[in-house]
Amino acid sequence: MNPANYVLLSAVLFSIGAVGVLVRRNAIVVFMSVELMLNAANLAFVAFARMNGNLDGQTVAFFVMVVAAAEVVVGLAIIVTIFRTRRSASIDEPNLLKY
Amino acid sequence: MIIPLAETATETNVGEQAVFWVCATLAVAGALGMILSRKAVHSALWIALTMINLAILYVANSAPFLGMVQIIVYTGAVMMLFLFVLMVVGVDASDSLIETIKGQRIASILLAVGFAILLVWGVGSALTEVSPVGVTAANDEYGGNVQGIAHVIFIQYLIVFELTSALLITAAMGAMVLAHRDRWKALLSQRELSIERFRSGGHPGNLPTPGVFARHNAVDTPALLPDGGISELSVPAPVRVRGDERPLDRVDIDEVRQISEGETDLPEGRQS
Repeated sequence: MNPANYVLLSAVLFSIGAVGVLVRRNAIVVFMSVELMLNAANLAFVAFARMNGNLDGQTVAFFVMVVAAAEVVVGLAIIVTIFRTRRSASIDEPNLLKY
Repeated sequence: MIIPLAETATETNVGEQAVFWVCATLAVAGALGMILSRKAVHSALWIALTMINLAILYVANSAPFLGMVQIIVYTGAVMMLFLFVLMVVGVDASDSLIETIKGQRIASILLAVGFAILLVWGVGSALTEVSPVGVTAANDEYGGNVQGIAHVIFIQYLIVFELTSALLITAAMGAMVLAHRDRWKALLSQRELSIERFRSGGHPGNLPTPGVFARHNAVDTPALLPDGGISELSVPAPVRVRGDERPLDRVDIDEVRQISEGETDLPEGRQS
């Protein structure tokens, strides 16, 4: 088995995450799909680190995790704020900026 | 290190192949379960499965530090944060299946499948000739994976690492500002609440408790009035609306009437 299989797995997971972002309309599930895509990218980074034989890929994956944690905190706070004003977590609901 | 799976650089051993196929299957199953389950809580649990399996795959890729961070940060902190927010937003916030844009679902699935084919085909054909170096040597250079990553982070990427601290503190501040709710009117004091309660008419005190004392204590048994009737107020409103009130026993009514008329010799075995 070639370690490239990890990259292929990450491609599959990324695509599934993309389907989730496009199809689901609950804001929290959309957010989880984004997290899945970030995780898939991390897996690719780790696999590339192994292929290239240095730890830079793992370090980048570590930084991605830090940024993802910050993004989750702010994103969930935004979802809670929208839920408070619109009483709904559906991404179809916020239409204030629609012309 | 923890699991000597990626010992050989170019070819993976049988143990790692088994780990890969089991964990990859479970990870893809978790991802599919996440996008297919209608309830958001189920989605959260499915993606937690995916994340745990990805952590195992990280360890199999000679990245034990990232595997542990994945479990602690993602499955531990991030997913629990998701669950807390689900608790706030409402657990039963399930998607409606009505499409707002016609054909969007089919189009997006086709798009994603095409994207997956393109990616797998492109990456797969590009990586067939690559012979992986393996990260074992890099791990052992400073005595281990954690030491090696520490060397990269604290020497090569030190500025970036410092910037992430600024990012994290900004994110925490932003979350606090966003989640903060201004109070529109002053909090009522106990005195004001009490005045409000009596002004509005109604029942200022506690409602009568349900049940005939010393005989029943279930909430669906209405309290008896001295005239033998029942007090509607004593049964909680949801029980009353559902029509689950327990009908009264004739014996109870008689007994209450006897007590209210001052008779002290209660029937056999009923002495309180």
